[in-house]
Amino acid sequence: MSRQISFDLNGNETSLEIEDHWTLLYLLREKLGLTGTKEGCGSGECGACTVIVDGAAINTCLYLAVEVEGKTVLTIEGLASPNGDLHPMQKSFIENGGIQCGYCSPGMILSATALLEENAAPDDDEIKHAIAGNICRCTGYVQIIDAIKRTSQPETEKVKVVAWQSDTGNK
Amino acid sequence: MLANGTTKIASKLAPTINDRHLLRIYDSAPFKSCEKPMTNVYIVGQRVSKLAAAEKATGRSKYIQDVTLPGMLHGKILYSKYPHARIVNIDTSRAKKLQGVRVVLTGEDIPAIRMGVYKDNPPLKAGKVRSYRDEVAAVAATDPAIAEEALNLIEVTYEALPAVFDPETAMQKDAPLVHEAHKTNILKMPWKLHYGDVDAARKEAAHIVEDRFSATWVTHCCLGTSGSIADFDYDNHLTVYSNTQIPSLAQKDFLGTVKALGLKNRRVRVVKPCIGGAFGSKLDTYAYEHVAILLAFHARKPVRILFDRKEEFIATSTRQPAIMDIAQGCDENGKLLFRDITMILDNGAYTSWGATTPSVMMMPISTLYRVPNVRYQASCVYTNNTYAQAMRGYGNPQATFAIESSIDMLARAAGIDPVEFRRINANQPSEVSPQGFRITTCGLTECIDRVAHEIGADDVKKKGEGIGYASLIHVGGGARVYKSDGCGTLMKINDYGKVDVFTGATDMGQGADTVIAQLVAEELGLHIDDIHVIHTDTDVCPWDVGAHASRTTFIAGNSALGAAKKLKEQIVKIASQTLDVDPQQIELNDRMAIFREDTEKNIDLGKLLRKTHFSPGGNMLMAEYFYDPDNENLGRDFKGNLSMTYTFGTHGARVKVDEETGKVEILNYVAAHDVGRAINPMLLEGQVYGGVMMGIGYALTEQVQLEKGEIMNPNFRDYKVLTAKDTVPIEAPILETTDPDGPYGAKGIGEPGCVPTAPAIANAIYDAVGVRIKDLPITPERVLAALKRKKGIDSCGIDPLTEKEYDCT
Ligand code: FES
Ligand code: FES
Repeated sequence: MSRQISFDLNGNETSLEIEDHWTLLYLLREKLGLTGTKEGCGSGECGACTVIVDGAAINTCLYLAVEVEGKTVLTIEGLASPNGDLHPMQKSFIENGGIQCGYCSPGMILSATALLEENAAPDDDEIKHAIAGNICRCTGYVQIIDAIKRTSQPETEKVKVVAWQSDTGNK
Repeated sequence: MLANGTTKIASKLAPTINDRHLLRIYDSAPFKSCEKPMTNVYIVGQRVSKLAAAEKATGRSKYIQDVTLPGMLHGKILYSKYPHARIVNIDTSRAKKLQGVRVVLTGEDIPAIRMGVYKDNPPLKAGKVRSYRDEVAAVAATDPAIAEEALNLIEVTYEALPAVFDPETAMQKDAPLVHEAHKTNILKMPWKLHYGDVDAARKEAAHIVEDRFSATWVTHCCLGTSGSIADFDYDNHLTVYSNTQIPSLAQKDFLGTVKALGLKNRRVRVVKPCIGGAFGSKLDTYAYEHVAILLAFHARKPVRILFDRKEEFIATSTRQPAIMDIAQGCDENGKLLFRDITMILDNGAYTSWGATTPSVMMMPISTLYRVPNVRYQASCVYTNNTYAQAMRGYGNPQATFAIESSIDMLARAAGIDPVEFRRINANQPSEVSPQGFRITTCGLTECIDRVAHEIGADDVKKKGEGIGYASLIHVGGGARVYKSDGCGTLMKINDYGKVDVFTGATDMGQGADTVIAQLVAEELGLHIDDIHVIHTDTDVCPWDVGAHASRTTFIAGNSALGAAKKLKEQIVKIASQTLDVDPQQIELNDRMAIFREDTEKNIDLGKLLRKTHFSPGGNMLMAEYFYDPDNENLGRDFKGNLSMTYTFGTHGARVKVDEETGKVEILNYVAAHDVGRAINPMLLEGQVYGGVMMGIGYALTEQVQLEKGEIMNPNFRDYKVLTAKDTVPIEAPILETTDPDGPYGAKGIGEPGCVPTAPAIANAIYDAVGVRIKDLPITPERVLAALKRKKGIDSCGIDPLTEKEYDCT
């Protein structure tokens, strides 16, 4: 069965006809061309398909499109401000090595953004909990968690010694 | 042993996206870069953000899932329902009649195409199937759902054959043959390395340990699943969009398929979309890529095949599993005398790069620590299981698990502290190992010391806590596995002083593009955002053998540097003509040609180039460079200097073992590496962190569970990739030894992070509770069973993973 739905998509009033069985992932990617939302598993296990609906991070691969009726949907394409300025979370991921292959990044960034909207200064465990449903195979999460922390907490002046020189190795 | 001033400054000024061009930080001597090129650098050594990161962070990057072509059809593959069976009949008539179906192909419909190193694997199977993964038929339809439905309409009649799933059984005479024509299940690959006199050394040894270790199937789990689009143009020239790590070699494979279709003299272009992770999985071409080509040829339309997650688990390859018997001995003072290793590798039903992992295993076997006498032999055996491929570390993690677990046992047998034992046997700079590896720089001893210090070797350990160590050697300066280890670069500079770098390298997230841009910017006195790196298209990018062996920074980096130097010469030449000064007096810095004697004459590069372009008899500046290092193929005796330099490292784990549950908690992890020089410490740390977490998964949680050849856990619920909740505190100290051959002294670091992780953890568990787990992954069940056995409770029983009786000795 098809039906008409209306919702706010990245700040734009959107109204269109959909089929009842469509997932939000299908609607976004295949019908609206918003391919920034990724599919990594299609069964709620990887978080690559995360978007924010009414402030909460959800897996679009399990979320029926009909359910967005009257709601506000934020995808990765709508996160930067309309003038193109990156959202602080995007900026922090970029600057702190939170992105390698990037396939998890849209979902990861949105999960982290939803967390900070709710809890402006999460501790490590809260951060890890919030992104536990977002698998990243590349980064080992270390720099992702760091990126989220730097967005949420006042950056402490921490000089990290990244290299030490060998006395004997340099022959 | 702290960083010298250079690196401290570098780390303090982490550039942000907006000020990343403000990288001239050595203000005391801003224009003297020629005098001390190794230390006086601006962009090399900086934490520059990944070039394409903003594209990725905004969802703009296009992965294979995001690429569509007009009129594109959707391909799907039907897999075998048996691990070993004769195909009696395939009836595709109902599938062909389904509305929307354009092409249906079976193994009978396609020309002779063979994939893999042993050429034993056709993209669609005819006659018989040898594993559940075997591709039996394929469909192209106007919609993925129609293609899926069509697969359900294909009727295949099988006649089951006796199958074999255990390599040791498969080696026996009366075992069912996986490939009858091969006459035996044992591959004719003579993996044998022998030098010194192992038997004599064994007699001499004061202490000997001997044991069997095993490493199981794990898989890459790239978050972006596999996929490919094949598109023939009107003249049957082919374009393939694919997630490949080997664009030039894939081009050759695909050309083979085009030729098999009877098409002569055609071109193949390989386009790489953004790759959602690779880790070695894309070092070979797979059936789905060739099937897409075949379908597209018959449909006369572009065809895309995309894997879903289940298919990704089932139809892409694993890390090579191994059964490893190892004996090592040392003298009274702890000096290693010999190492004797025999391995059996489950090759699965077909042969890809997994079967060649023994060549890389030889490296740690012969050269991780100094060992005068070594014997190694490996047999690869066909079974009806899935087949293995390259995966980060390429055999090294398996071999290092056996070696470093055994080293720990030997140190204890000799009554020597494990750190001291490793120090005694550590490789040293400027020595040649008996396998012929010429070690140039080597900071292994420093890595051992640093890890022992950071992990708190001397701190008091609480009950149930333990510390374990393991070291690694890996190729750090390319690896001559093919006749060539080369990579090409083309470079041009435009009217505005912006450089396009066309490289053979492949970026799959590790940062190859960024490192290359840093090197080029450094050489040409430009800013990082002046450099555009193109690595995505064989039509414009030069040749390269692929993104393997942690070779890209070293090889593609040296290639880019070579081209940059040539371009620099040209720029300096035109600058000297324009300014009418001696070329020796000109330097390139901050987007200018600088004339030291009279800075009034300094000229903006863009202006200089426009002058050159827009003048009668003008000139265009371009450079090309092919770097093929001076390393050697292994000879028939498997000796030779495989790499220009070797990366060393040591990992240390502090764990806590819960004796009630068998659960292992990692309290702290230190991974120190001798990287030559960190071109980009941030990306480098990313490689180490990512590698270590992958290694921890390998050690503790990951396993592709095969039951009679069938994968039982093809999803992220049951295959345990680590999540953010599983992260542990990781320190990744970087040791710089400045390699003489590396670009600005760098060595490769893509793979090492996951190489010694499992043995470091296994050794820590032993240190904590006195049980040695010799099979991966180290699950709580295995730890618990071993603990019970140790306490004399005879409840060792059944391994819950394999359901085999578990040997806890
Ligand atoms: S694609 Fe939705 S959770 Fe993986
Ligand atoms: S960056 Fe590759 S999966 Fe996260």
